[in-house]
Amino acid sequence: MSVRILTVEDDERIRTAVSLALQEEGWEVEETSNGEDALASFSRQPSDVVLIDIMLPGIDGFEVCRKIRRLGDVPIVMVTARSDSHDVVAGLEAGADDYLRKPFDPKELSARVRALLRRSKTIGTPSNFSFDQLEIIADEGMVRISGQEVHLTRTEFKLLIELATNPGKVLSREDLLERVWGYDYFGDSRLVDVHVRRLRTKVEVDPANPKYVVTVRGMGYKLQTQF
Amino acid sequence: MSNTNHNKSENTSYRLKLGLRTRISLFFAVGGLLVSIGLSGVTLVLTRQQLIDSRENAASAFASTNATRLSNQLTPESSVEDLPSIVDSMTKIEGSQRLIRIGNDWLPSQELDREDIPQNILNRVTELRAGQLRAEINGKTRLVLGIPLQVFDAAYFAVVDLTDLEETLDDLRIILFGAGAGVTSLAALLGWWISRRTLRPLRNVREAAEAIAGGRLDTRLIRQSDPDLDRLSESFNEMARALEERIHRDARFASEVSHELRSPLTTLKASVGVLESRKNELSVRSQTALDLLSRDLERFNRLVSELLEISGYDAGAASLELEEVNVSQFIQAATRNDTSISYTLPSNAGALVISVDKRRLARALSNLLDNAQRYGGGATVIEVSTNENMIQIAVEDAGPGISKEERDIIFDRFSRGSSSGQRGDDGGTGLGLSLVQEDVRLHGGKVWVEDPKITKSLTGSRFVIELPNTREESL
Repeated sequence: MSVRILTVEDDERIRTAVSLALQEEGWEVEETSNGEDALASFSRQPSDVVLIDIMLPGIDGFEVCRKIRRLGDVPIVMVTARSDSHDVVAGLEAGADDYLRKPFDPKELSARVRALLRRSKTIGTPSNFSFDQLEIIADEGMVRISGQEVHLTRTEFKLLIELATNPGKVLSREDLLERVWGYDYFGDSRLVDVHVRRLRTKVEVDPANPKYVVTVRGMGYKLQTQF
Repeated sequence: MSNTNHNKSENTSYRLKLGLRTRISLFFAVGGLLVSIGLSGVTLVLTRQQLIDSRENAASAFASTNATRLSNQLTPESSVEDLPSIVDSMTKIEGSQRLIRIGNDWLPSQELDREDIPQNILNRVTELRAGQLRAEINGKTRLVLGIPLQVFDAAYFAVVDLTDLEETLDDLRIILFGAGAGVTSLAALLGWWISRRTLRPLRNVREAAEAIAGGRLDTRLIRQSDPDLDRLSESFNEMARALEERIHRDARFASEVSHELRSPLTTLKASVGVLESRKNELSVRSQTALDLLSRDLERFNRLVSELLEISGYDAGAASLELEEVNVSQFIQAATRNDTSISYTLPSNAGALVISVDKRRLARALSNLLDNAQRYGGGATVIEVSTNENMIQIAVEDAGPGISKEERDIIFDRFSRGSSSGQRGDDGGTGLGLSLVQEDVRLHGGKVWVEDPKITKSLTGSRFVIELPNTREESL
């Protein structure tokens, strides 16, 4: 079954050109020009990756992102044309897994999509982890807090697994960017920060005072093993 | 002529050194000083006159009483020997002495003799006229009164000591001097206080202006109750509002332009990408055309993004996103481990962490490396050095170098080195180095060009980025 990508972009020329570029990779592309159509299309038939432009007529990209995120843990890439950095953080907080800034290189887009598709596959490590009340059943992609199952997106899960396979060891933002997103040293570390924040709201009892995923100032993050 | 001008400007600069408040206080102090000098002078003169007048009146009344008594008790046969009994019955006042002449004989006082009487008075009395005179006798100021007793060929002289008067006046002088000094300092303080009160609105304006310059564009002055000052704050607020609106409009414009330029570029890049992946289906001529298209698209793309960055700086919209960055990892990543460069890092580079905007600093370094590649045959050395105040990252090349005159202008926008014009396709935008400068400045650092230090070549250049060292060695 071929990979389906849903794109939401109001500029027809960009939409067509990006579709052509994605089709070159052998992927199937579903084009929509506004948020309503995108949501309708996704409800009809969920895609494997969603590409959302932030500036849309009608409901904006952030809202589309939030609504699709509610429907499932499909990888979402936000596309922004503006220079200001608020869009990036807002997009990530709306639930996007990654973002691209226009004008992007089509090769970069394909690389991002491939990285997301890889992440979508189940984790190869057939091991389970347990830290106090936090349980990770890796091969089932399941996480439990005090026996209660919590639902993580694949990016959040991958992030947690990277930390869990190195318990007590500090991973820098650069390390996590490379291992989870496939970015080099100059990737945007806000990706890590926003995802850690979101992960905490799900696995921590008090996200402002994290017990498991802790920040090590000036160095990065680690999974706490001593309680 | 030039000399006078020079002096004049020196004077001006000297005057400018005194602040307005100091000048107002000085003005008040000088005013206070003049007023107290005037008042003290008048007080002293009047008091002195008053004291002396009353003393003289008292003395002359006492002297004439005694002279009358003397003349009543004298007889034509009286001689000096008769005098002491008469004198005993005379009125005495504190500090006074008397001398009496009968014919050519004198009755001296305990302290004074006839030689001590000023000649003027003796003369007047000889002329049968009464007289009085202030004189210095035996080192003391005294009032001398002479009254002739015509009938007996005699004369009565009274000498009144005025020293106590002088002492009183001296005390008064000291008091007045103290009061004057007090008034002067009070006036200076008053001036300082008044100027502080008067200048407070100006200080508010200054603080507001500094806040605006520091980026808090919504800073406004509070309205003043004083109508004169209120106009000032009104105009200031009007100016601040216009400035804020202008900056926001510029920022909005840059953002809109950015959107308008990025959209077609996205289409172009995606389409060219499709063509690139199907390049082998194209004829040789089309392939050449595609190469031209891709290369200039890349250049155009870069120009647009650099222009947008620069316009962000100009609109004051650029902000640092500081991260803690390990210096040696950063250099490795930014140079992509280029083995043609020799690296000189401080021994602690592995544990050296600085707080910088990674993206901007990486761009600055990569622009310097591009620049070295384009005009200097590639970077030969990267040297990082540091002390407790700053960190320097230097990039050297062994190219033709940059003349001293060009070193200042090379960071200007669209100014490229003289040698660069000769190259047909250098791929540069002319904005790279000015962007380096803006990026480094935003970090509070500076960038400059000098002669190479480490590269073993007589020519070449060394670009140095200096940043304040915001974080000490960690770990």
